[in-house]
This record gives sequence, structure tokens and C-alpha cells, in this order.
Amino acid sequence: MQPNELDKQFSPIQDRLAGIEYTKENRVFLPCEAEHVYEICRFLFDELRWRFVISTGIDAEDRFEVLHHFSDDASGTVVTVKAFIRDRDKPEIDSITPLIPAAEWIEREMRDLLGITFRNHPNPQRLILEDDWPDGVYPLRKEIPK
Amino acid sequence: MKETLRKPVLAVGPFHPLQEEMEFFQLTVDGEKVTDIKARISYNHRGIEKLSETLQFDQVPYLVSRVCGICSASHPLAYVQAVEEIAGIKPPERALYVRTIINEMERIHSHLLWVGLAGHFIGYDTVFMWAWKYREPVLDLLEEMTGNRNNYGNVKVGGCREDIPEELIPKINQELDQIEKKAEMLTKAVLDDPVLHVRLKGVGVLSKEDAVNYAVTGPTARGSGVAIDVRRDDPYAAYADLDWKVVSQPEGDVFAKAVVRLLETFESIKMIRQALAKLPKGPVAVDVKEIPPGEGCGHAEAPRGETFHYVRSDGGNRPVRHKIRAPSYVNVPSFKASCIGADIADVTLTLAAVDPCYSCTERLAVVDGHNAVIHDYEELLRLSREKTARIRKDLGSPGLKLEGC
Repeated sequence: MQPNELDKQFSPIQDRLAGIEYTKENRVFLPCEAEHVYEICRFLFDELRWRFVISTGIDAEDRFEVLHHFSDDASGTVVTVKAFIRDRDKPEIDSITPLIPAAEWIEREMRDLLGITFRNHPNPQRLILEDDWPDGVYPLRKEIPK
Repeated sequence: MKETLRKPVLAVGPFHPLQEEMEFFQLTVDGEKVTDIKARISYNHRGIEKLSETLQFDQVPYLVSRVCGICSASHPLAYVQAVEEIAGIKPPERALYVRTIINEMERIHSHLLWVGLAGHFIGYDTVFMWAWKYREPVLDLLEEMTGNRNNYGNVKVGGCREDIPEELIPKINQELDQIEKKAEMLTKAVLDDPVLHVRLKGVGVLSKEDAVNYAVTGPTARGSGVAIDVRRDDPYAAYADLDWKVVSQPEGDVFAKAVVRLLETFESIKMIRQALAKLPKGPVAVDVKEIPPGEGCGHAEAPRGETFHYVRSDGGNRPVRHKIRAPSYVNVPSFKASCIGADIADVTLTLAAVDPCYSCTERLAVVDGHNAVIHDYEELLRLSREKTARIRKDLGSPGLKLEGC
């Protein structure tokens, strides 16, 4: 799909995006603030019917980032919603699992590994860490030694 | 006493009855029917995502080929594609063909492995023996091409480590002819067998809608009528130059998934033949200097579905974040849709039908201590095989027709 065609498709969510970035013609990043993530993902999944691929949680020093990757298989385009969580002490973001069941595991994984709380997650149990792992220790944070 | 405490719960795992890797399923049952299913993973996480941040860009392919022994071509391929995207590197044409050939070889041996395991599980040990026997020459060819039967370590940023020697090509073609003949025989035996039709059709159905909601990929999606395939949708390596088709079946049951895998094997053989015939001349790698800051998404169609890698670079010589998503990570949770309401005798077969790969799914070193685990391998295997035996008896005990083995 051509970049300008994609731009047109995103117009209903334009106000919620901080930009539309192309790293090549079929790789698109949609940066946004954390509070808009649910609406943007709802639009991509429910209205454009794009496939949810996976999410990536990143400890980016002054903030956390939650990246939800989607794929438009008809055009081979990978679209990544990049949500910034500015509050490092109490990182929180809306869960997209009520909308996309496939996100259940990965949101639990990000909670375990990075300590991000996913609001309204239907099953906020541990997935990766064992039950007696100490609270407040998140293995994928940068302060944990490699 | 609470209502939930009185429901009988059947434990499957953490040693999975079929796949010999750790995963724990709790089935809540009502008589013979499954009413709920809970999964517990992470018995064998190895911290590969975190480990990747400690390695240099050119070392990571050898780490990620160890995410999974079976998919050890597709993981590094997805990774190098992400890095090549960041740096704008174009590997030489010949490297793209070599990558294609190795990835399709991987698909053939992985699908044959699955057919064998599925056969074993329903009590068709002959299928198991033959399928694994025909898989051997594929592994031998991979060894001749790359030096290893698994963990080929042949793909690197900018191309491939080893070329396919010209003198090996006639041998590969010869072997492919043999493998094709055997796979045809095996496919015919499976598709014509009345017992398998009754045993596998309508079992473990994953509807198209659920396939979309659970975002499943690979044969699990294509067996439910969702005809997606990264090789066609976002062509990489040399797939755009080859003539092949995406196999899909609308039914969503175990039989459909078996048909998809069996028929895909022939598509792979076709692709390897074409790639060998068209193999361009020239080098198999370009020099790579620095990886600039940026981020890239690489994906490849592994035997079980889409393998997805996200890499972020800050301009240093190591990735600052490397996310790996193996296909089983999205395929496994679809059990919730396909197992509820099923017979206990069918559950493990349904679980096996997505060809789950737990080593792919888990990547952080934690061992969980479930003390009250019922190790139920014998019982579930017995139930599943008994059901096949019953069906076979009802149909007048026809034997499996394996001709010319």
C-alpha cells in the first residue's frame, strides 16, 4: 500500500496520533500517548480488521514504551502502535485484551517482566515469573544486570 | 464448600503427553466433557530476549537459532531481516535463494515430524515410523548444506555464511524425488483412510472467527480458512520469484490442519526445485559495517506460522531491545476456543494439532514448582488410542494402506 493511501486510512484516529512514521513503505509506526492506545487499537482491529501480531514492552530510560504490532496481511504492511508511558514510578496503560483475546499472554508477560500495569485486564495473573518471585523485581528493566 | 472446588479437574503436564516439553494444562471436566482449560507456561524460560541485548548484532543469529531446534532457520532469518531493514542492507540474490531453500527444507522436516507424532498419538505407530524415516534424508541434506542437521547457523546479517555447493545440487534433486514419492504415499494413506476421517474430522474445531480473535498463524490459521502466509503477503528471501500456492482448508478441525501440513510439504518440494534451477551466480554475502540507530520488524513464515522479531538499535554494536514472538505463542492460547466442549479423549490430539512448540514460547529462565501435578501421560494416550480402536472396529477393522514403503 502507498504511504498516502495509508495516511488516508488513519484519518479517523489522526487526532490521537503524535505522528505517522514510515521506516520503509510497508513499515509504519504510530507514536501516541498511553491514554489513546485502546481507541487506536480498536480502530485497527475492529474497523480495519488488521491482525494483531504481538506487543513489545521497552524500558526506554526516561519512559516506558508499549508497542502493539499489527499486520495488514492484504498488503503485507506491519503497523506498530507505539504508546509512551511517561510515569516511570507507576507505569499504567489500558489493556487491549478485552478487545483482542490474543493479547492476554503478552500483556501478562509485560507486566511480569517490566512492571507495567494493564488496566481492565481480565486475567492479571503471572505468566512468566514463578509464584514466589519477589514483588517489585522486573527482569527486563535496564537496572537489572544482564 | 464453594461450587468451584467440587468440579473435577484433570491435570495435563507440566510434561506434555505428546511434545515432551514443559507446559501445564488444567482441564475442568464434567463427565467426559471439558468445560474449562487453563494453561501455565514458563517452566523453561531461557532469557533469550535479555541475553540478546548483551550480544553484538552479528552474534545474535546464532543465539536465536537456539530459540527452537526445529525452527532454527526461520528465527535467525526474521532477526536478520529486521536488522537489514534498520541498516538498509540488500543481501545478494544468491543469498536470498539459499535462505529460501534452507527454510523450505526446514518446513518439510518439521511437517513430517508432526505427521509422525500425530500418528503415534492416535495409535498409528506405522505412520510415526515411516514419517520419521522419510524425515531423515532431509536432515542429512541440511547437514551437507550447512554443516548441521539442526541449528544451521547459516544466515547472517547481509547474506549467508555458507553457499550451497554446485556439485550438491543433483543430489538434492534426487533426494527430493524420493521424498516426494514417500510423502505422496503417506498423504494418500492418510487421506484415504476411513478410520482417520472419522477420528479427526469435526474434532478440535477452531472457527474462522476464533482464529482471527486469537490471532493464530500458520497451518493453525490456514486450517481454519484464514489464508495468510508471510511468504506471499510480505514476500522475503526469493519467494516472490517462485511459483507456488498457499494451502488452506475451511473446516478448522484436526483433519484440516493435517491436510494443510501434508499438502504444504509438496509446495515446499516444488519451491526448492525451482529455487535450485534458478539459483543465481555470485557471492552469498555483502560486507556489513555499522548498524545505524533505528527500529525494524522482521517476520518469516516458520513451519508453525509467523515468526516475528522486533529489533531496536541505538547506533551501538548491540540491540537495545529485541522482541521475539514465535508462532506457538499465539497458537497455543487458541486451545481455549477449540478444546472447550470437547471429549477428554480428543483434547490432547487437539492440543497437538497446532504443533505447539514450547521452547519457542518461553524465553526467560524460571522454573516453577507445581507440587501437586498428576502425570497423566499413560491415561490420556490410552483414551485417545482406545477411541481410534473403537472407530476402527465399528468400520470393520480396515488396516492402513501403506504401499511401496
